[in-house]
Amino acid sequence: MWQFFHKLGSPKWFFGIATRLMPWLLAGGILLLVAGIVWGLAFAPRDYLQGNSYRIIFIHVPTAFLAQSVYIMMAVAAVVTLVWRMKLADVFVKAVAPVGLVLTFLALFTGAVWGKPTWGTWWIWDARLTSMLILLFLYGGVIALDRAINDEKSAARAVAVLVLVGVVNIPIIKYSVEWWNTLHQPATFKLTEKPSMPADMWVPLLLSVLGLYLLFGWLACLRMQTEILLREQRTRWVKDYVTAGRG
Amino acid sequence: MAFDSFSAFLVMEGHGPYVWACYGVFFILLVTMMVWSVRRHKAVIEYCRRGYEFRAGRSGQQVVRGAPAAFTRVNVSQD
Repeated sequence: MWQFFHKLGSPKWFFGIATRLMPWLLAGGILLLVAGIVWGLAFAPRDYLQGNSYRIIFIHVPTAFLAQSVYIMMAVAAVVTLVWRMKLADVFVKAVAPVGLVLTFLALFTGAVWGKPTWGTWWIWDARLTSMLILLFLYGGVIALDRAINDEKSAARAVAVLVLVGVVNIPIIKYSVEWWNTLHQPATFKLTEKPSMPADMWVPLLLSVLGLYLLFGWLACLRMQTEILLREQRTRWVKDYVTAGRG
Repeated sequence: MAFDSFSAFLVMEGHGPYVWACYGVFFILLVTMMVWSVRRHKAVIEYCRRGYEFRAGRSGQQVVRGAPAAFTRVNVSQD
């Protein structure tokens, strides 16, 4: 167990594993995402209440879902950074924060465009939408704070604290549709219940969620590798890797 | 297929612009983010390689410069 933990902290070991995983993540991610989206756009039945505008769900839910789980992953990594000072955890936070920012923006954008034909408005300051906007600012804050501090170790610690403070927002997003009166509909998927929609709708949705997860995995691996190369450029193995002409 | 024709698929009973705008922005941002990350990865590899070459070149020059470290007597007339 400790040996595994120790290995996990080694950038070189991670670099090798990521290189082997990445082709599978990319291929699987594109395949599942395209399958889910084509099925959802062209073959899923129309919604009896919302008509065809509901087809935005096949990208809105995956982006919103991932935007929140990326933040939770960052929070776990932040704890690891603060408690065990593991370098890779900080590399993860730094590598995925911009991805989280883009995903949150996409969730907000697709939500706004879906809101117009469904609710009659692009934006409303209700609990779910506002807490998602705060998540966007949190991602922005993490990126800005990391760039503002030159010293790597101080930046890692400050960013970890900010990420942990911001994690209080996640349950607020999750339960906002239950705690307050909101225009937003309740969760589409619940772990404890069967989906209330027909299989023709939830299967493509599940496919696109999984596809986007895999693509995020690919992006995270690639961006972490970039960061590792930058940080470890003085080490022997990075020099060997770069000069071996793998670029 | 949930639609009778391809044009019906594009129009989506009037919801077409909303649906296609979402999918358009989604794919543009996703692909841009992926391409940008790959290009940055390559740029960092190139940056590291240049760094190694620069350092190798500099240490090589030092060796060369260190070798003929001798004074050359220059005869200048004092008259």
